[in-house]
Amino acid sequence: MIDRDTVLHVARLARLELTDGEVERMVGELGGVLEHIETIAQLDLDGVPPTTHVVEVANALREDEPRASLSRQQALAGAPAVADEGFAVPSPQA
Amino acid sequence: MSGLIDLSASQAAAAIKRGEVDPGALFDLYRQRAATDSLNAYTWVAEQAPKAPPQPSLGGVPLAVKDLFCTEGVPSQSGSRILEGYRPPYTATVVERLAQAGAPLLGKTNQDEFAMGSSNENSAFGPVLNPWDRARVPGGSSGGSAAAVAAGLAPWAIGTDTGGSIRQPAALCGIVGLKPTYGAVSRYGMIAFASSLDQAGPLTRDVSDAALLLSHMVGERDPLDATSLDFPEPIAMPSRRTLAGIRLGVPSELTGEGIEPGVLGAFQATLELARQLGATVESCALPHAPHALAAYYVLAPAECSSNLARFDGVRYGYRAADPDDLLSMYERTRHDGFGVEVRRRVMLGTYVLSSGYYEAYYGRAQRVRTKIAADFAAAFERFDFVVMPTSPCVAFELGSKLADPYAMYLNDFLSVPASLAGIPALSIPNGLASPPGGGTPLPVGFQLAGPAFSESQMLDVAFALEQALGFDGRAVRS
Amino acid sequence: MTPDFEPVIGLEIHVQLKTRTKMFCGCELSFGAPPNTLTCPVCLGLPGALPVANARAIHFALMIGLALGCELADHSVFHRKNYFYPDLPKGYQISQYDEPLCRGGELAGVRLHRVHLEEDAAKLIHLGASGRIHGSEQSIVDFNRGGTPLVEIVTEPELRSGEHAREWLSLLRATLRSLGVSDVNMEEGSLRADANVSLRPAGSTPLGTKTELKNMNSFRFLERGVTAEIERQRAIIEGGGEVAQETLHFDPASGALTTLRSKEEAHDYRYFPEPDLVPIATTAEMLEQARAAIGELPAARAVRFERDFGLSAEMAHLLAFRSDLGDYFEAANAASAADSGHAQQLANWVSGQLVARIGEQDPATSNVTPAALATLVELVSARELTNGTAREVLDVLLQSGGDPRAIVAERGLASLSDDSELAAIVAAAIAADPDAAAKVRAGNAKAIAALIGPVMRETRGRADGSEVTKLIREQLGV
Ligand SMILES: [Mg+2]
Ligand SMILES: [Zn+2]
Repeated sequence: MIDRDTVLHVARLARLELTDGEVERMVGELGGVLEHIETIAQLDLDGVPPTTHVVEVANALREDEPRASLSRQQALAGAPAVADEGFAVPSPQA
Repeated sequence: MSGLIDLSASQAAAAIKRGEVDPGALFDLYRQRAATDSLNAYTWVAEQAPKAPPQPSLGGVPLAVKDLFCTEGVPSQSGSRILEGYRPPYTATVVERLAQAGAPLLGKTNQDEFAMGSSNENSAFGPVLNPWDRARVPGGSSGGSAAAVAAGLAPWAIGTDTGGSIRQPAALCGIVGLKPTYGAVSRYGMIAFASSLDQAGPLTRDVSDAALLLSHMVGERDPLDATSLDFPEPIAMPSRRTLAGIRLGVPSELTGEGIEPGVLGAFQATLELARQLGATVESCALPHAPHALAAYYVLAPAECSSNLARFDGVRYGYRAADPDDLLSMYERTRHDGFGVEVRRRVMLGTYVLSSGYYEAYYGRAQRVRTKIAADFAAAFERFDFVVMPTSPCVAFELGSKLADPYAMYLNDFLSVPASLAGIPALSIPNGLASPPGGGTPLPVGFQLAGPAFSESQMLDVAFALEQALGFDGRAVRS
Repeated sequence: MTPDFEPVIGLEIHVQLKTRTKMFCGCELSFGAPPNTLTCPVCLGLPGALPVANARAIHFALMIGLALGCELADHSVFHRKNYFYPDLPKGYQISQYDEPLCRGGELAGVRLHRVHLEEDAAKLIHLGASGRIHGSEQSIVDFNRGGTPLVEIVTEPELRSGEHAREWLSLLRATLRSLGVSDVNMEEGSLRADANVSLRPAGSTPLGTKTELKNMNSFRFLERGVTAEIERQRAIIEGGGEVAQETLHFDPASGALTTLRSKEEAHDYRYFPEPDLVPIATTAEMLEQARAAIGELPAARAVRFERDFGLSAEMAHLLAFRSDLGDYFEAANAASAADSGHAQQLANWVSGQLVARIGEQDPATSNVTPAALATLVELVSARELTNGTAREVLDVLLQSGGDPRAIVAERGLASLSDDSELAAIVAAAIAADPDAAAKVRAGNAKAIAALIGPVMRETRGRADGSEVTKLIREQLGV
């Protein structure tokens, strides 16, 4: 069963702030959904290979040929904060 | 010309080609209807038709496009606050192909946030109303596209289906919805929910429109999507009138428990009709289908937790104001930018992938997926198509399932198996049924699932059923 | 008594591949382009964009795998490595996990664990206090580098010292350079190395707690960092303490090692197969192409130098593993008269005098042509130049290029060996110092130095020392 600490740990991994009330709610809701999901634990799946791709193709590669890039103006058009020709963020070293 | 609205998209395209209808007038008619939309089906409507390419096959019949398809310079927000006002610098391959073929962009349609939902109540831009009963949901996540087509606010539309997001709203709105074989339609430019399941498809008034629209969505594989495939042959326009020689399998696991009596009644009636048209109808087994929903709610959230990591407030979209530091920028941006259901699935997906849980959840779910695909493959040795209802219920009341996430997830249990197997599946309206408590009859959907790349044959069979059913959605288009 | 400790070092090396375009999109690789001018929807992680793997990057990785004797997987897949950082546009890095392209292999006695492909992160520029906004420091992201193809090479923990790590890495660099797949420049970041360091009692098998050292951006810093970390761990253990598992940053300026991340803060990367890409199935054709593209590798070249030119093993190795020196040596050798027998001397001149003057610079880019060096060696060999004047000529060549014979003629540097002029100078020196002459005649061999000195001064080094000695002895009759 999923508990408060687990919810907080997962929220940190997912970079999601949750209020105390949201944490409580998440404990209940995730627990409820996981209870249903856990029914797959009962299946005998020994020797069954996993399916990552339903498509059975390999080597869908591209040639090493350049394509046009965006202009800096286009690249930065949607950025919430811009400085010095780049995307500005709070420093990770602060 | 007052009858314009009653022309199906393919009829309109044919009329334009014959010179009987002016494509500009058609565009204006729909543009006006879309602009005065009271269902909240649109999030953006075009001001005017873009310049038409020469001799377009689709004549210029305008197209409604689900919000999550990127359209250059046009809001593409995937129903999310985190992308509010976002205008991408490029257009999704499939939208581009359809525009080139002569289906210009009419507008962007509302949807559940990042395509997560079965009721369209998870949109940051408000819920979409079902044109058959405005107190009820249109289904989701392509609810805006479905409602727009059903209400005559668009001649046709495209949406995306991850676990039923085309088929279920099509069923609840009384229109046709098709999820193609995984890989048949390019995903380039589609804002991803769950990459291994997402697939774009048509939502249309009738089967012929679905075939015509699909025929321009598939074809040569897109070099920009590594998972896309060449469609083996052109989509054939449906013409079949009987079902002689067609073998339909009815999986007991997906045609009994958990389905409203009205929906089951309509389903049985359609099976009877299929027999009368010459089909053989027998029961078949999909033994792992009852586990599909659980596997789906591991795989889809897992992929979504990763796909949505790019919404971090750095390059585009919403960023929380005045963050103290990098961590709080991330955490507050993603808290405030995502709605409740998206946060829930991101949490669920992060959890099932986290250290120590991967094999128990993700690994097992992928093996269940293998089993489900094998179940279908076995069924297709005996049957041409497997049939079942599309949705276990008719359109439900707004707000009625929001309290219990799993109750909402149960809406997908009939549509998810085909999604996991990557096979095409189609929903056609097969009549009306009253909701359990009684009340105005509402549309019901009949679902066919077939082997990979069986779209043409599936549309052909659906066409024969459609003609015999005689379902007419005209009532909600006025 | 404290037991003797043995350092155990493993390297994790990232090599930027020299393709034209990025790993998963068509943007050209950046060589000092202005910030954020080489990006596209894919490498900016825009919503809806999809990666498609670069065929040449895979080709280069296969070449590396073959050159290092790895086992090449016939089926390998990309995974997503999920974590948040501003230089990572999608919130995950596309890398390889449990099905890498290459496993095993060996170079100079050190076994390799694996070789895999991945994409580089973007460049993050810390503005520090000067870039404060709302009281917090700012950084700027430039996505030009983001998505550059990387090959990650992981060794087994089989290196034994900082010096060993440095030497081995330079062998790896030489090998990669000879393949032409990378610029392999540590200062420019196209070759980057992290080191895992632990100590264990000498002769024991289990590994001690390891630390990870980051940011050693030159060969010298790698050696110094690893050496410093070994000493730090030794001091902790000898002081009865325990080494903590952590990631350390080596500051080359101060030599300090500071903690970047402790074990508790370790990432949970939630690896899962990248659903947007399909597997790589290494075909016989791909292998053949990779094999054909590999020229002579340094190890094989060393063997050939030893065999064909009679060089010592050490000299052959030195020239072969610095391919620029090897190439220059071979060019000079080819410019020499056939069967001149000068290979040994050429090797000495290239690895000795030339390297002493130009260091790490590729001699091919200097003013000294290989033919000029060959001429110089011929002149020395024919005793037309002394070693001393030859070094002077080399300095002139490096300054302004040209032909050694012309320089010798112009500056009057030709040897005086067979000249009566030299005999006269010797005679004058004997006459000027009768004391020394007497001592030499009396059998005091050491006293001859007092006569040689003035002759050498007078001839400004144009005379050969042994020739002068011979002439003095003749004239003194000893
Ligand atoms: Mg790496
Ligand atoms: Zn790019």
